[in-house]
Order: sequence, then C-alpha cells, then structure tokens
Amino acid sequence: MSGTAELGYSKNEIMIAASARTLAGERICFVGVGLPNIVCNLAQRTVAPDLQLVYESGVFGARPARLPLSIGDPSLVTGSTAVTSMFELFAFYLQAGLIDAAFLGGAQIDRFGNLNTTVIGDYESPKVRLPGSGGACEIAIHARKILVIMRQAQRSFVERLHFRTSPGHSGDPEHDRARGWFGSGPTSVVTDLGTYGFDEATGEMTLLTLHPGVTLDDVRANMGWDPRVADDLGETPPPTDEELRLIREELDPEGVYTR
Amino acid sequence: MSKVATMRDAVAELVRDGDTVAIEGFTHLICFAAGHEIIRQRRRDLTLCRLTPDVIYDQMIGAGVARKLVFSWLGNPGVGSLHAVRRRIEHADPEPLELEEYSHFGMVCRYVAGAANLPFFPIRSYYESDIPRVNPNIKPMRSPYEDGTEVYVVPPLRPDVTIVHAQRATAEGDTQIWGLMGCQKEAAFAADRVIVVCEEIVDESVVRRDPNRTVLPGVVVDAVVHEPFGCHPSYAQGYYDRDNAFYLEWENVSRDPEALEAWLKEWVYELEGHAEYVEKMGPERWEGLRPGVAMSGEVNYGEYA
Repeated sequence: MSGTAELGYSKNEIMIAASARTLAGERICFVGVGLPNIVCNLAQRTVAPDLQLVYESGVFGARPARLPLSIGDPSLVTGSTAVTSMFELFAFYLQAGLIDAAFLGGAQIDRFGNLNTTVIGDYESPKVRLPGSGGACEIAIHARKILVIMRQAQRSFVERLHFRTSPGHSGDPEHDRARGWFGSGPTSVVTDLGTYGFDEATGEMTLLTLHPGVTLDDVRANMGWDPRVADDLGETPPPTDEELRLIREELDPEGVYTR
Repeated sequence: MSKVATMRDAVAELVRDGDTVAIEGFTHLICFAAGHEIIRQRRRDLTLCRLTPDVIYDQMIGAGVARKLVFSWLGNPGVGSLHAVRRRIEHADPEPLELEEYSHFGMVCRYVAGAANLPFFPIRSYYESDIPRVNPNIKPMRSPYEDGTEVYVVPPLRPDVTIVHAQRATAEGDTQIWGLMGCQKEAAFAADRVIVVCEEIVDESVVRRDPNRTVLPGVVVDAVVHEPFGCHPSYAQGYYDRDNAFYLEWENVSRDPEALEAWLKEWVYELEGHAEYVEKMGPERWEGLRPGVAMSGEVNYGEYA
C-alpha cells in the first residue's frame, strides 16, 4: 500500500493516467495548475487529440512548449488561439456554457463532491487559512463536468466540510436538476487509491475501481464515511508504457509532479 | 504633457496612508518595484486589493503597510503559501488583518462595475456556496425581468490608486500590454489615480502604429514610471521570464519572520530604488530569464489619406 514501486509507476502517475482517460472525447477543458495540467496535456496526446486547453488567466487553445509553472505561465500565451481579459474568459466562455470539463481539487471533499478550499477550522479564526475560491466556485457551477483529482485521506474525504467553497451535488437529484446550471456537478473523482463516479439516483460518490494492489479496506481506512461501492467494482487499468513515456519524457521530465 | 516621474516621486505624491490600493496583473506584469517603494516609504493602513495577493502582498503585508486585504485567491502560485499573510490571519501575528473575500469572477466584476460607473454587477456564481455567508457584500437578487433568474451581485471596487505594469507606454501615459491581460484595464479605469510603470517609454508614433494593443489612454494615467525589470520575480511577456527559483525560495523566507525582516532590509530598505535591486541581482540572473524571440505577425490597418 505504501509504495507502488514494484508496480513500475508512482501513485501520481496512475492518478494522471486514470484522470486523462476521463477526458476521452471532450473538446474544451478548463485546466488547473499541477497534476491537472499534466493530465490535460496527456489527454491531448492520447484520448482527446482535439482538446482545447483553457486557463482562467485568459488563454484559450494553449499549446505550451514547456510544462507551465503556473496557470499564468508565459508559455501558455505564445502560440495560443486567443488571449482574452479575465472578464471575457469568465463571462463569455465559462458563464455562457462553453466549457465541457474542468478540474478541481481541494483540502476537503464530501460524499456529494462539495469542495472546501477556504479554511480548516472556523472561518473567523481558522486553524489553517487555505487559498480560497479563485475561480473554483463559478467553475463548479458552469463547467458541464467537474473532474476531481486529489489524494485520499481521513482528513480530506470528510463527512462534513468546514466550509463549502464550491458546490457539488446536494444529495437531492431533483433539486440539482431544478438548479438550471450548465454544470452537472462532479462526475469523476480520481485518487491515489481508486476512481469514483457519482450515483445518478442519490448524487453520492461511488467507488468504481481500485488501483492495482489497493484493497477496499485501504479505501475505507482513508475516508471519513463508509463509501458506496459499485456492484461491478473493477480494477483501474495501470498506466500503459506509452502513457508513462509521455509523462516521464515529455510532460514532466524532471519529475516535479509525478514522483 | 509628460507625466514621467521617478518611482519615489510617483508613490510619494499618489499613494497615501489609508488608501485603497490595487496592484493588478494576473501572474504576469505584477509590479513588485512599486510594492517595494510603498514599503520603503512606510505607508500604513492601506487596504490592498488583488485577485491573487501573490508574493508582492506577502512582502507588503509582512512589512506592515496594510490593515485590510480584498482578494479571491491567496497563495504562492505553483509553490505554496503566503506565510506572512497567514500569520496575520491565523495568529493575529503581529496584528490582525481584515479580510474581504470573493471569487475571481466576483473580483473582476467589482472592477468592471467600478470602471463602468455601475452601482453593482450581477453574476451567476456563489449559489449554494458559503462565501456570501462570510461576505455580506455579496447579495442575492432576482432579475426584474420576466424569468426572475436569481443572480448574486457584487459592489463596485473603486481603488484610490491602481498601479499597473506594462511593456511600453508613452510619456503621456498611453499604455500597451500584450500577453495575459488579467484585469488591469478594469482596475485602472475604476481608480481615482493611476500609476503606469513600464519596461520601455516609447514615442507616440509606436502606439499609433498599433492602436488595438492600447489598454489605457494617457487621459486616465497620472504618472508614468520607467522601471525595467520592475515585475521581478513575476514576468513581462517577451522581456523576461518568471523567476521560479525566487518564488520557491520565498517559501522559506516567508515562513520565518526574522528571515523576512532580513530580506526586506537587504532588498528594500537598504536600497535607494529598483535600479539598485536590478544591479544587485546581477547580469547573470537577468540573462538566465531572457526568453527567445517569437515576433507577432503584422496587420494592415490601411492608409486613408
């Protein structure tokens, strides 16, 4: 459980590969920094060759020549399709419903995919002050699919969030449909232990696959509620040789995000 | 009329104790040189506004210039935390810091409302989020038209002073930017006073050859400061890259109040201004940040004599 070295890939590498496959067939994706950045660039080279990469800094159709150091990296601008003001990006692209998929993460997630990126503890006197929303609150509402990528632990997969920064499912699908948002809420969560979808009848996170070498007990030991498990629970396909080559040789040759 | 001024004079004249100040620029074109001069002149009780406070506000807040922060994402992008800011929030160390918090879209639209002289701006965000609960300035509202859509409204943000950094400007303040545009235009039009800091001061004919690239006309600009490398460790597209090593090192400086104080002493208080900072960093540092060349194509504006 502690390491995956004997399997020939790291925890981050299987998270990246499994996340990239969730982008198959998607066209316009809002990209975040860090792992999502590698995920989207990997998807563009594998399952989603027509993927347009959109960054909240105002770039549409980025083709970065290096792994961007942040979502505002100059390499995103050079060679892109369009550079817009942030108002235009958020209003005309995101709020108007052009974004098919977006990646979000957080310090805490609950069983309905609500996310906390604001505080641990009380808002007025927080134990840990986190970054806050950035664009996450409106991304969660308008991107048609929300894909979550984060490591799993008791302290991050929690029964009750300390603060709801970005809304997920409410637990009442009828309420969710009546919201009239472009966003359908989180559709996928990929962790270092497995992959999850969301149950259509309840909106609840449901374990779909375990990564090779991971047991159901490992999963239960690393989340704050007893998870719903798919009837046909499967195993996550390991990263292919080609996925690993792309990650290691092209996308993150220095292993900043993937080791 | 030339508005060219030294950074010292521009800050002395246009940034006052108690002001609401916005230094905008999203990752790109963040004017550290102006932030350092505000620290050097020991301004106090400022309300600092920025979508992403970044290392510059960690330095300014660590130096004690601010009593309040208005923001939407608080971090060292791609690296970690802003520890001087967090000490103020988590431990009131050395004193409390008042917060007013939005999302990115909310902050951008506050500047838009300020720039467009509107009483508020409606957006589709904040639904079922706790953010409006902790910030009563974000208010729900029903559309007065037939469908009655629920939106949230944000109030205009009208800084006393907005400071933007640009690749080039004329002495009169006509300002051109390329690369990420962030919300500098909105923040500047929303402000009472505007300082433009630039990599190059150019002749008016350079601007007139490519007017689509102009973000601010000189009429809204109060001072133009020529300060090459003024964005370091952030970047100026086509001029110098982001100094990521600096951002990584800041994590350690910012964690330790004594290291932070020593850094401010060495790189701000004991220097006359940004030219000395550039010299002290040394030519190798700048050479290492110089990007290759990727010229834009040219377009034909047409001659209509």
